[in-house]
Amino acid sequence: MKSELKMIFNFIKRTSTTTHTSLADLRQGERAILGELTLEPATAEHLMNLGLVPGVEVLVAHSGPGGDPRIYRVEGTELALRRELTSCIAIEQLSAAAD
Amino acid sequence: MSAQCHSGPPTVPVDPSTGTTLRTVALVGPPNSGKTTLFNRLTGLRQKVANFPGVTVEHHIGTVRGEDGSEIAIVDLPGVYSLNPVSEDERVTVDVLKGKMPGIGQPEAVVVVADVTNLSRHLILAARVIELGLPTLVVLNMADEMRKQGGSIEVLSLAQQLGTPVVLTSAVTGEGVDAILNFLNTPVAPPEPLGLPVLQSARGYRDWAVMVGTKSKYQRPATPVWTQRLDRLFLHRIWGPVIFAVTVLLVFQVTFVLGQGLSGLLQQGLQTTGEAISTRLPDGMVRSLLINGIWNGVSSVLVFLPQILLLFLVIGILEDSGYLARAAVIADRTMSRVGLNGKSFIPLLSAYACAVPAIMATRTIASKRDRIATILIAPFMTCSARLPVYTMFIAAFLPNKAILGPFLGLRAAAMLGLYVLGFLMAVITARLLKSTVLKSETAPFIMEMPPYRWPTAASLGLRLVDRSKIFLVRAGTIILTVAVILWVLTNFPMHNGKPPAIENSIVAGIGHTIEPVIRPLGFNWKIGVGIVTSIAAREGIIATLGTLYGVDPESHAMDLQAALRNELTLGGAVALLVFFAFALQCASTIAVVRRETNSWKWPAVQFAYMTIVAYVAALVAHQLIR
Repeated sequence: MKSELKMIFNFIKRTSTTTHTSLADLRQGERAILGELTLEPATAEHLMNLGLVPGVEVLVAHSGPGGDPRIYRVEGTELALRRELTSCIAIEQLSAAAD
Repeated sequence: MSAQCHSGPPTVPVDPSTGTTLRTVALVGPPNSGKTTLFNRLTGLRQKVANFPGVTVEHHIGTVRGEDGSEIAIVDLPGVYSLNPVSEDERVTVDVLKGKMPGIGQPEAVVVVADVTNLSRHLILAARVIELGLPTLVVLNMADEMRKQGGSIEVLSLAQQLGTPVVLTSAVTGEGVDAILNFLNTPVAPPEPLGLPVLQSARGYRDWAVMVGTKSKYQRPATPVWTQRLDRLFLHRIWGPVIFAVTVLLVFQVTFVLGQGLSGLLQQGLQTTGEAISTRLPDGMVRSLLINGIWNGVSSVLVFLPQILLLFLVIGILEDSGYLARAAVIADRTMSRVGLNGKSFIPLLSAYACAVPAIMATRTIASKRDRIATILIAPFMTCSARLPVYTMFIAAFLPNKAILGPFLGLRAAAMLGLYVLGFLMAVITARLLKSTVLKSETAPFIMEMPPYRWPTAASLGLRLVDRSKIFLVRAGTIILTVAVILWVLTNFPMHNGKPPAIENSIVAGIGHTIEPVIRPLGFNWKIGVGIVTSIAAREGIIATLGTLYGVDPESHAMDLQAALRNELTLGGAVALLVFFAFALQCASTIAVVRRETNSWKWPAVQFAYMTIVAYVAALVAHQLIR
């Protein structure tokens, strides 16, 4: 049961990252509007409580050594996230880097 | 206060005049919003605060005297992001709010503490608390920071929309604290239900919060320029890791070099005092017990206080300034390579002080298996009780040579090496557990970056006072008991009314019994006795050796370090350090693991595993170096 759920989960993850662009594809200093979070419900809820809600503008503020984890700025919050998460977070629309 | 932390969950005190429990007000808010600083301001109590999410993992209770003279109980709750708890510390908060926590009735009123520099996110939590229907005050904290960064808000308009009173405060400067006291004194009607979105989606809540913010003319403050500049430096591709490495080296160099100097001064002072007392006492058993037994034993441990305080000061500055969160980001890549849960990092980091609070801090880990795994590896992290043992043996056996000029000496490098050794064993154990008995998915690394702040003298001073208290209490209880017992064991059986030669005493008998087991490690019977007494507390070995050598006329005149060089080879000293790095010699850790896992199974497994690892590693070290 658990492994089947995981398969479905991985399938969704794969399709979502191929049809959309993910947060992990942004370069440092770029901005975008957040889309859906294709993550386990508990993780997605935690991220939304921290301000990563679909429709909000996000900026890649800083990057750790080697480019992972990176620090994302959403409104007044800065969050350090690993690529394994950000590759499952869709972005809806790219806008040119502001700075 | 510290008694509250270790003797089960605190309960609301009873008013002696009426016999009923006090009126209770709960303090709720997201992590790192300044609840504890505010709690300390209101109650005059002193709980640990830091610029770090998740410092409070248990609820604390303090009291405020109301205007009518009656007392009001204030409950400081662990920070929550929502009222839908995922980990145990969040469950505490929700249970208290819903009146399900034994010993605390449902609070009469709630104070929601929100960080006003980040309003819309925190308004959602405030709204969920208001929905509970208790009289509520919304506190917008960090007003000073908001104004400095060009932010603003119309408090009256926000109050109208929320249907509750709202105050702007700064827990650091004290602004607005009067208004909170006023709320505590005057009963307020419960709020009307808010017109929250029917569709309870994250997006719906957010749109609502943005609308409320816009109506109150909320102007979000800019990210402080300094935070951005410092992050550009501290998280720089090349400079970031370099600064991280230099910081780690400096922590050890400062603690070792400066700490040794201060400890030396204290040692001289204690020795002179001991001699002065000694000359005023008549020769006999009493003088022997007081000076050779107690004074030598306890003061040999006391001299390490300055060094421990120095370590706490340096790490306190790193924690309060916000740098530690950046260090976690830099270290995370390495952590993920060794397969460690990102969230394990924070409890592990706090184990440098003591494994006991670190094990309690694992309550923030949602997965039960991850939590047990973290509890099992926490005692491998080098705690402050190991510091005196490390310092003592390193200073006795290694020369004071520079390796990297003023940045790093040989002794500080050895100390750093021992810290790394403990950390590596923690990592290896974690991998072992995760691939066998405690298999689980690693929880994702999600960490909020606090802005950089100046560490306040009050917060740093509080840590040092707390640590001194803990250290002195241990020296005055466990260590004192060890010294007295050892003195008795070395002075009996009496021979014609005189104490025996040390080789004929009870303690030598005990020591010689265990000697065969530890001889392969390069330890003699005196070290063996030290290892036995250090099961109560690690620094007990120093008091033990201090007392043993103080009593023995041959080594009586020598200082402890010279006496040690007489007893041990370099290989034996290294083996001893390795043994102390790995063994679980701490009664309080065993007790807290039993309490947190609710069984004797885990502490027993942990004790056996760590002892075996320590023995084998010390054996290898001794065979390699001798």
